[in-house]
Amino acid sequence: MNTPLDTPRRRIHVQINGSAVVRDVECRKHLIDFLREDCGLTGSHLGCEHGVCGACSVRLDGAVVRGCLVLAAQADGHAVETVETPTPSARLRALQDAFVEHNALQCGYCTPGMLMAALDLVERRPDANREQTREWISGNYCRCTGYHAIVDAVCAVLEQQRAGRFADEVIA
Amino acid sequence: MKSASFDYVRAESPAHAFTLMAQHGDDARILAGGQTLLATLNMRLSQPALLVDISGLSAWRGIEVSGDTLRIGALTRHVEIEESPLVAQHAPLLTQAAPHIAHRAIRNLGTLGGTLAYADPAAEWPACVLALQGTLVMASARGERRVAAADFFKGLYSTALREDELLVACELPAMAADERQHFSELARRHGDYALAGLAACARRTGEGLNDVRLAFLSLGDRPLRAPACEAVLQAGPLDAARLKQADAALRAELQPFADLTHSAAAKTQLAATLMQRAVRALLA
Repeated sequence: MNTPLDTPRRRIHVQINGSAVVRDVECRKHLIDFLREDCGLTGSHLGCEHGVCGACSVRLDGAVVRGCLVLAAQADGHAVETVETPTPSARLRALQDAFVEHNALQCGYCTPGMLMAALDLVERRPDANREQTREWISGNYCRCTGYHAIVDAVCAVLEQQRAGRFADEVIA
Repeated sequence: MKSASFDYVRAESPAHAFTLMAQHGDDARILAGGQTLLATLNMRLSQPALLVDISGLSAWRGIEVSGDTLRIGALTRHVEIEESPLVAQHAPLLTQAAPHIAHRAIRNLGTLGGTLAYADPAAEWPACVLALQGTLVMASARGERRVAAADFFKGLYSTALREDELLVACELPAMAADERQHFSELARRHGDYALAGLAACARRTGEGLNDVRLAFLSLGDRPLRAPACEAVLQAGPLDAARLKQADAALRAELQPFADLTHSAAAKTQLAATLMQRAVRALLA
């Protein structure tokens, strides 16, 4: 979009998917626009842009956040992970496979955010049951699937984890 | 939508934050967790010239117990309260309330102080702090002062904070041995604003409750105590007749606002239901 030329900018240093990135960025720019427009990382999607839909979920210093409710300038000095991290954890890869296997997406718009929220659950709540899974991802909207297939996919990975599939994968 | 243009500065110290506030006055907004502020900026409900990011000021963050007081720094994030063993031990009301606040991704960044200072009457923390009879600690370049929660919430989105002040901590009396705490709320979907919610505390006596404190959210322009109902509940053994009397007292003293989906009468009914459930839980 057109922006005034005198809009305040800051130089920021951000670790994105393990790589150090230095950019000049408009102070008003949120993290998702920064990732998509300035870094070419279009895996994270922008939906409602006011923190409701969850399509923009990314991880900031390891915690899942709304990318539209964080400024790029706030991420200065911090680490960001998106769905397109070039060295995905085995858990993220397993979630991606499970989403395909269970038809847990149709249009795919919510999928990157859904995956990041699900990864957070798998890492932090390994004992989660179906109900807790539903609650954990309740902040991520999907308008196609009706959620059942998504919950199936996430629960399948939780089961795999409990069966020891990722035993040698340390959670950061 | 995209926010209007603004400048962004990280406050390096409390003094730096106060200086920036003094220099920029109403053109500046304080950024703590940003989970409300950034949404309002994106919707252009607010167009400040400067954001002062105070989130790095560690002096105003953290959870500690000293003596009989649980002190939670204003910049402590919701998720830190949710997962704190100290909070679970000394103010379990907060542990119970935390999962009702939006969703995990919001709780990872949103702060206690931001929520209290914003004073949304549908928010969980204001009602909890009111029920717990907490004290809000405010600081400015002039020094610190304390205000009881009952005097802090002044109305819709308005508090006792003065223009040059920031909320820096909340102090809560640690739960007494005979005290019970219970939080519950009703919402159309998990994470939505509550239609009605109740933060309840009381001391267990032989057959009933004493020192009952009920603080409702989403019923008015601020979190609301229900003194008439509380008085009935602590007047003697909690038999069916007294519960009926408490129900009548509550319905008489509440004057809830209607919202988009629920009439005032419906909200009164929801509040009465929450009260009955809370009493059962406090007695359990």
